[in-house]
Amino acid sequence: MRVYADNAATTAVSETSLAAMLPCFREYYGNPSSLHTVGQEAAERLSLARQTFARYLHCNPAEITFTSGGSEADNQALLSAAALGERKGKKHIISTQFEHHAILHTLNKLRKNGFEVTLLDIPKSGVITAQQVKDAIRPDTCLVTIMFANNEIGTIQPIPEIGKICREAGVPFHTDAVQAAGHLPIDVQAMDIGMLSLSAHKFHGPKGVGVLYVRKGSVPLVNVIEGGAQERGKRAGTENIPGIVGAAAAFKEACEHMAENAEKVSRLRDKLIAELTKIPHSILNGEQERRLPGNVNLCFEGIEGESLLLLLDQQGVEASSGSACTSGSLDPSHVLLALGLPHEVAHGSLRLSLCEYNTEEEIDHIIAVLPGIISYLREMSPVWDELENGQREHVI
Amino acid sequence: MLYSEKVMDHFQNPRNVGKMDDADGVGEVGNAKCGDIMRMYIKVDHDTQTITDVKFNTFGCGSAIATSSMATEMIKGKPISEALSLSNQAVVEALDGLPAHKIHCSVLAEQAVKAAVKDYYDKNNISYGKELQVCDHDCAHCAGE
Repeated sequence: MRVYADNAATTAVSETSLAAMLPCFREYYGNPSSLHTVGQEAAERLSLARQTFARYLHCNPAEITFTSGGSEADNQALLSAAALGERKGKKHIISTQFEHHAILHTLNKLRKNGFEVTLLDIPKSGVITAQQVKDAIRPDTCLVTIMFANNEIGTIQPIPEIGKICREAGVPFHTDAVQAAGHLPIDVQAMDIGMLSLSAHKFHGPKGVGVLYVRKGSVPLVNVIEGGAQERGKRAGTENIPGIVGAAAAFKEACEHMAENAEKVSRLRDKLIAELTKIPHSILNGEQERRLPGNVNLCFEGIEGESLLLLLDQQGVEASSGSACTSGSLDPSHVLLALGLPHEVAHGSLRLSLCEYNTEEEIDHIIAVLPGIISYLREMSPVWDELENGQREHVI
Repeated sequence: MLYSEKVMDHFQNPRNVGKMDDADGVGEVGNAKCGDIMRMYIKVDHDTQTITDVKFNTFGCGSAIATSSMATEMIKGKPISEALSLSNQAVVEALDGLPAHKIHCSVLAEQAVKAAVKDYYDKNNISYGKELQVCDHDCAHCAGE
């Protein structure tokens, strides 16, 4: 049995999304900027895709910009808000310790350009409070950027509360909703979201397509890609029509089936959490309540994540880890460290991320094989030996 | 694939894994913070100065386990002098290569062998040179610089 449990990394393209894309390759293959029929057929599909995103995000189609993905959308949002801040003499940005690198690395770049960045600490729950944001806002704050839900531990942030605080303070608010879009209800108006990034391949759309929503009249976009006048001149390059059409079809499908998918997936998630936390010296990272329906993230003491992943793969289970060895650096995941986990525990992390395609049988398979693999690796581990004979103290 | 077939073989079927209660020398290198610890046990024939048995315990990634396993194979039954000349490069070659960011695992395996021999020498009052000063795993080499 093969069990794909890495849906936070990427998802399989849905039948609906694929069916929507296929005619764009050989029938509606025109350039939307062309005046002839096939070009205008493509332009029509681009327009419909934009309307779809606008409808489900509760915004105006003119507020939607298509990008090459979540990372580009994040980059453009931050650089644009910073440029506006700079013009107003405001160079302070608020974010969190556990953002995606598309945010953190862009913030590092802005730091080098004289911006001051406050990264909020992450409570053990994995959920920051709106009060933390409120306390950090200063007269010179030009942007608050807080992820909707964390990509590693799945915890959902209090976005409407943060949005309200930012609106009242008159500070632009961006949220990286790459993990949330298509999985959690999003209403940019009701939630006071000024800017939002999402990525199609996280909800069964194709890779290479992202969306940046920016409220009209708030932050003028600064180009990341210069060139032609596509996307109202804010993102040059011939539009990826098949990708954009597939993204819209996937988003529509995900939003229309959101409640039933969430119910099914969270039930599978809760079963996994209940069974896997029975393994001695294991811990669920981040609280269970405010959590993405498909996210399970555990640490197992005394073992290292990469060897766990390789053995799981051998048993047919495809998952991910925040261990250093899976990242190519010596440091484990910045998200797990931000939660206050010691390095040696963070190395033993496992993320299982589910979607509505996963079945009960697959969950049972994971539950059947994982405890044996953990025992086997602990048996081999000198760290576990020290933990068991008392030379080293258990942390979890 | 990230790893060669040899690496996967030694990871999935590690040789000489386990503890050795009556070891003549035990060496442990690495630290849990960095994500790899290797502990190597050796049994030595005092008359011939030959390593008659080897065992290891490793906390670490696939390549840490595979390099430990391969290193034990390469020194088992060999004179100590030969074990001491085992280089990390030889372990890497025996495994048909490692990804660049995993080379430090092979350094750790080489160091674990030396640490075990040093422990044996210390316990038996055998003198040795500074080539047996074992890496504490915090140096630039291990940090991949």
